[in-house]
Amino acid sequence: MSYYGESIAHSSLLGVGLGILLGTGINFGIIVVCLLFGILFLWLQQSKILSTDTLLGVLAHLALSIGIIVISLNRIKIDIHAFLFGDILTVSTNDLWMMYLGVILVIFLVSFNWSSLLLVTFDEDLARAEGINPIYINLLLTTILTIVVAVSLQIIGLLLITAMLIIPAATSRRLANSPEQMALIATLIGIFSVILGIFLSVEIDAPSGPSIVVISATLFFLSYLFNFLIKKD
Amino acid sequence: MKTINALISASNVSVIRHHKSILKNIDIQINKNDFITIIGPNGAGKTMLLKCLMGFYKPNFGKIQKKDKLKIGYMPQSINVINTMPMTVKNFITVRKKYDDISFKQVVSEIDIRQLVDKQLSVLSGGEMQRVLLARSLLNNPDLLVLDEPAQNLDISGQLSFYKLIQEIYSKRDISILMVSHDLHLVMVSTKKVLCLSNHICCSGKPQQVAQDPEFISMFGKDMANMMAVYQHTNHTSQIDNHLIDGEIK
Repeated sequence: MSYYGESIAHSSLLGVGLGILLGTGINFGIIVVCLLFGILFLWLQQSKILSTDTLLGVLAHLALSIGIIVISLNRIKIDIHAFLFGDILTVSTNDLWMMYLGVILVIFLVSFNWSSLLLVTFDEDLARAEGINPIYINLLLTTILTIVVAVSLQIIGLLLITAMLIIPAATSRRLANSPEQMALIATLIGIFSVILGIFLSVEIDAPSGPSIVVISATLFFLSYLFNFLIKKD
Repeated sequence: MKTINALISASNVSVIRHHKSILKNIDIQINKNDFITIIGPNGAGKTMLLKCLMGFYKPNFGKIQKKDKLKIGYMPQSINVINTMPMTVKNFITVRKKYDDISFKQVVSEIDIRQLVDKQLSVLSGGEMQRVLLARSLLNNPDLLVLDEPAQNLDISGQLSFYKLIQEIYSKRDISILMVSHDLHLVMVSTKKVLCLSNHICCSGKPQQVAQDPEFISMFGKDMANMMAVYQHTNHTSQIDNHLIDGEIK
């Protein structure tokens, strides 16, 4: 299900295109399109016509392609490259405020529903037996992912957002003993990767997204090496 | 809605999925201190029946009534332990549960998992995981324990000790049990009522009655019916103990 995030990210380009075309602004376009896409996916998944992997593979790339077609047919003047791989220079002060708002909202949603999210991740039936409706929790997860995609799109780029959903968490898995610790450590690793990655991108004049991902993956390998050395002693 | 005495009562319940009838005209009542075992071939709708009774799904026809504030403890067949997430047994048992320290300790000693509570879920064996799931389902002192093929992934001695544990829980707690099981000969001794399901209820009643029912014999064969008869003639606790010893010698 990690690639669920990727699919939502892929659909965001369509949101960017429609947002500019209809004059509603990029962020609004992204949030509406990503949410609709996430709900469509959940609905198709419930109907169990296709396997989750097939469904994600089809929908994610379809959404990306439609996004690119919409943008090029309408000759919308945006730098697609910046949306695919991230460009820190496109971030305005207004965008920064949006990010703060997004971060606060995500922290709020996650911490208030933490135990339900955990239980649904483990077993949907176990959650049902305890009065949780997994559909609501999955909708909540879609909302959270949509916010994350919308606020990080300009910095990381839609092709690499999944990396930031997976790599810091995988690094932190090595170091944590509980889900709470894992979330906290992953957040810290994520923040650290972004700061160091932005420095790297300035230093070598590279796009911000790939630089951040390279740093984050380096930390991931270091954590494995660290673990390996500790176990050897 | 009128108040009912039964914990759960289902009348004339039918479930249709993908144009196929999964459950047909099911009538069942679960009362206080019942111990009901549902048996039946694969695809008989056993798990669907459990899930409908617990209220996960609404039946297409018929009515299911639950007693007000009924506390259900549910133990699924197995859960998919995700290696990508670290979690201790204690953390897992208590997540999203209101509990106090005393009831936690009580459950831990009842299920005998003291040595497991600080371990990571990912290192547990199949039998240990089943015990942990059972402990989780009991933490809130449920009125009804629902078990879905709880011993499916265990070896024979694991199955024996697991069913013995269920028997102990049933006799010590003020609890009703509803269980799906394939291990007929092992549960026969503890269960009070057997319900034989093959999309509809073929037969139901006390184990010895069901064992003589022609529908049961045609479904499970004469050997199974005879085996059940043998098991009922002996005292059940010593029967289980003998088996454990047998198993160890071999």
